[in-house]
Amino acid sequence: MAAAPAIELSGIQKSFGNVHAVRGVSLAIAKGAITGIVGENGAGKSTLMSILYGLYRADAGEVRIDGQPVRMESPHDAIAHGIGMVHQHFMLVDTFTVLENLVLGAEGGPLLAGGLAAARAELERLAREYGLSVDPDARIADLSVGEQQRVEILKVLFRGARILILDEPSAVLTPQETDRLFRILATLKERGVTIVLITHKLREIMAATDHVYVMRQGQIVADRRTAETNPEELAELMVGRKVRLQLDKIAATSGEVLLAAEKLSLVDHRGVRLLDNVDLEVRAGEIVGIAGVSGNGQSELLQILSGIRRPTSGRLTVRGRLIDAHHPTDPAEMRALGLAHVPEDRLRQGMVAAFQASETAILGYQAEPPFCRNYLLDGPAVGRHCATLMDRFDVRPRAPALRSSNFSGGNQQKLVLAREMAREPKVLLVGQPTRGVDIGAIEFIHRELVKSRDNGCAVLVVSVELDEILSLADRILVMFAGRIMGEVPAGRADERTLGLMMAGAHPAPSAVEGA
Amino acid sequence: MDDLLSLVFLTLAATLRVATPLVLCAMGGLFSEKSGIIDVGLEGKMLMAAFFAAATSAVTGSAWAGVAAAIIAAEVMALLHGFACITHRGNQVVSGIAINIIAAGLTVVWGTAWFNRGGQTPPLVGDQRLLPLLLPNAGDNILVYAALLSVPLTWWIVERTRFGLRLRAVGEMPLAVDTAGISVPWLRYRAVLLCGLFTGLAGAYLSIAQNAGFSRDMTAGQGFIALAAIIFGKWRPFPTFGACLIFGLLDAIAIRLQGVRVPGVGEVPVQLIQALPYLLTVFLLAGFIGRAVAPRAAGVPYEKEH
Repeated sequence: MAAAPAIELSGIQKSFGNVHAVRGVSLAIAKGAITGIVGENGAGKSTLMSILYGLYRADAGEVRIDGQPVRMESPHDAIAHGIGMVHQHFMLVDTFTVLENLVLGAEGGPLLAGGLAAARAELERLAREYGLSVDPDARIADLSVGEQQRVEILKVLFRGARILILDEPSAVLTPQETDRLFRILATLKERGVTIVLITHKLREIMAATDHVYVMRQGQIVADRRTAETNPEELAELMVGRKVRLQLDKIAATSGEVLLAAEKLSLVDHRGVRLLDNVDLEVRAGEIVGIAGVSGNGQSELLQILSGIRRPTSGRLTVRGRLIDAHHPTDPAEMRALGLAHVPEDRLRQGMVAAFQASETAILGYQAEPPFCRNYLLDGPAVGRHCATLMDRFDVRPRAPALRSSNFSGGNQQKLVLAREMAREPKVLLVGQPTRGVDIGAIEFIHRELVKSRDNGCAVLVVSVELDEILSLADRILVMFAGRIMGEVPAGRADERTLGLMMAGAHPAPSAVEGA
Repeated sequence: MDDLLSLVFLTLAATLRVATPLVLCAMGGLFSEKSGIIDVGLEGKMLMAAFFAAATSAVTGSAWAGVAAAIIAAEVMALLHGFACITHRGNQVVSGIAINIIAAGLTVVWGTAWFNRGGQTPPLVGDQRLLPLLLPNAGDNILVYAALLSVPLTWWIVERTRFGLRLRAVGEMPLAVDTAGISVPWLRYRAVLLCGLFTGLAGAYLSIAQNAGFSRDMTAGQGFIALAAIIFGKWRPFPTFGACLIFGLLDAIAIRLQGVRVPGVGEVPVQLIQALPYLLTVFLLAGFIGRAVAPRAAGVPYEKEH
């Protein structure tokens, strides 16, 4: 490479307490190209970028921009050196307009009026040049997630950034929005902007980048030209061993209906309709997947199906037991009926972070033998039970007495899954089975879910990861704005159709309404 | 007819007089709360300021020295709150309550130690007080005008300046401010200092303008009423001002109605009328004003690395 790289990192180290998050990372980001940094959750990608953006200070190492060593003490320094970052969680003030968010930190003087007028003109110019149009006077809270992300990108360009870092940009987008984002990135690249894309989605690395660095356990383990690698190789490099990206499973042999919902509706205290006449059926021996962008009623549906929340109207049948307004239920009864629930937010609903793993492993079943005798917990029995689960589900480390919060996300999830599956439930509800879980554990969790399907369990999986739904489910339902948009058999599902449905379009054009 | 007019005029003048410390206090609190720092210590800051205003004025003979001392006293308390909540990310409500308790205790202790009057300061006369400017009997003190001016000023700062934009942003989403390269603590410290300035003026008004000296616990919950006014006003300056006027009016009516026989009812117990502002607070907060939307980050300490 003749020209100096846009960014050069050498020997970057960073520890948080006794966690060594970044261990001597060196890399070079080429000017005017899209460079991907890929790695599992917890591999250190985001920490590395936060150091580059001045949010964290490196313990050791050097940062060079355009060949010049620089000190990154705060985001202010990063901005001054032309670095802009689009964070995974948007850094936008919801109550502000687009314009106000744009000028925040770059107001151009102590009074706002002049700065806002100048920003409006600049926004128009950027919209023309990069094809990034948004209404400058719209409030952020009223914009779609994709539009909010565009505002984030505009914010960065408005500050004159020539280097754009995107942290997991597609996590909250539909496939169509993601495609649109990548087209925007391609335009930016043409105009000479240097782009760093941080992601754990291999497909996006392959589709968007010119060059890719692979991180594992705080280190760069590989450095490839995107054209000269493939997803299988990258996955192997990320995990450190061979990974099967394709899930092997035989065709489902579905039996009787174990879980059925009829016209479930939920209206909250503000009168907002969160669920709108949801009908669904899950049969023994099949996996039904619910796809959708998060916040479209999936969480509420899971809460109702698991007995945590009561529907406003509609009825539910779980293994023959009818549940409606006159026949309410609760999670304990559902559990007794043979329904198990792996909640989507494992930290808040699935476990108590401060409890020992062995205690987490019996939550919800703590009053049953052999854990409880004469109102007292049998410690040794609880510990033995946890050890058994840990062996079966490969939870690491095998330490029943360790606090639940000290396990990694993947191992926590395996522990919760183990707890719920140990009772061999007849109906299994799983929310976001692999959120924050590394590839190795994803593979394991998927296999376990398929195994329980093959044993005749009715499995309902809710996930925002379309890939996951596509590889797991036998039938796919898509949710949008509290409604089921339609059903697609897994064999005939493709990302495009599902993506359109996730954005509120019915598969049949005549049925599109109110979206 | 003339009687009625003068009654209305006097009641309105009284409203303004009574509302003045509320308005100043509420504008101060607004700056703090907009930045995301909840301030239940308005009461304590105002009390401390009232004490130092009266004490300094009594000793030096200058009302203006009293005002300066009041501001300094309130700023010290404000910095204490800032140190606890911003620098050390303490619980903002606990810190505010601590400030109220400290102020209630220290003013009495110092007052007793210095003036031997059971916690009171000596009565202030002449130049030791801030006197009416134009209308001798209406109590149109300079601080009353300051309070009136503080409302459009606060609105202008919050809505029209760079500082105001950042202030609103830091109360909603401090991370966005930090990533924009602006210091969150410094912004919040400035908000807290502004709060100290206004509560200082409010305290000075109580002891050296409206009254002629400090007496123990003379704020009598007005700091909390100011806080309630901010909530009614949904953290906006003009509606907050309106809420302060309503409380002021109720208070002025309460004073007017003392001993008055209302036909058919008889003498209205003055305690009931004095309780009206508090009852109103409970009522309105219980839902009559709709959902009050506080700055989202209010009460949440900002932590960067964890």
